Amino acid sequence: MQQESAALAGKVALVTGASRGIGRAIALRLGAAGATVVGTATSQSGADAISAVLAEHGVQGTGLCLDVTDAASVDAVMKTVTEQFGAPLVLVNNAGITKDNILMRMKDDEWGSVIDTNLTSIYRMSKACMRAMTKARFGRIINISSVVGSMGNAGQSNYAAAKAGLEGFTRSLARELGSRNITVNAVAPGFIDTDMTSGLPEEHRQNLLNQVPLGRLGQPEEIAGVVAFLAGAEGGYITGETLQVNGGMYMG
Amino acid sequence: MSTIEERVKKIVCEQLGVKEEEVSNESSFVEDLGADSLDTVELVMALEEEFETEIPDEEAEKITTVQEAIDYVVAHQ
Repeated sequence: MQQESAALAGKVALVTGASRGIGRAIALRLGAAGATVVGTATSQSGADAISAVLAEHGVQGTGLCLDVTDAASVDAVMKTVTEQFGAPLVLVNNAGITKDNILMRMKDDEWGSVIDTNLTSIYRMSKACMRAMTKARFGRIINISSVVGSMGNAGQSNYAAAKAGLEGFTRSLARELGSRNITVNAVAPGFIDTDMTSGLPEEHRQNLLNQVPLGRLGQPEEIAGVVAFLAGAEGGYITGETLQVNGGMYMG
Repeated sequence: MSTIEERVKKIVCEQLGVKEEEVSNESSFVEDLGADSLDTVELVMALEEEFETEIPDEEAEKITTVQEAIDYVVAHQ
């Protein structure tokens, strides 16, 4: 544990959408690796809850309120983080939403809000963090994708488009920033045990599980561990990659 | 106290890893000094810091030579 607690010591990690599920697990895991963690949520109560969870686990850092679709909100958070803790050199773009509907019935705002929250936000956040990373000659940008970006899923054309777009963005930015020792990767979770999946009807859930060779849901910690690996020194020669973490549900 | 020209050239040398004697006022960052597009962005960042100013993107794009950088700084002192 001694070695592990030093892996990200002195680094500031910014994790969007950290109030629950995978984002929460990532925030705690990076904190356990020694990072100062800023976790964001869309509401002040969510941000306060993150602060409390971090404190409870002895992680340095705080929760902050952030709307990733609002450039002014992104600017404000970046300013606060930089002043309070220093520039984030680890960025985990995790915030995301779903607005499922078959395309025939999909409304413009269901399409638009998913693309804006899940894809355009990554453009905004990465751009906001890049300058400091370039100067530091170190950076880790880790974008949370989904198996759906590779497999597709009926009823999720908006979500799948955003996630596939995220993966293309990841590869391009990896090429742009490689010379500055900044790695850019994606992690694509499969069927993980979170609020996003717990609402599914039992029959649908069983159908999904039948497609998973490991025969169980993934745990948020199993995604967080992969993110921590990419953020740390051991993952330093991986860039532009999408790591599939799905129990075998999809094998590229 | 260094002149603006000296300070600009010093930053150009540091950012692009070139020797002082290679840098003239007419030097183009990309064509003569081997800068890539990311280098030119970083160069502008360094100029912003040195001269405590903010250079808008559309202005930054026009700064392609040492002289243009000097002119920009002089005009915005």
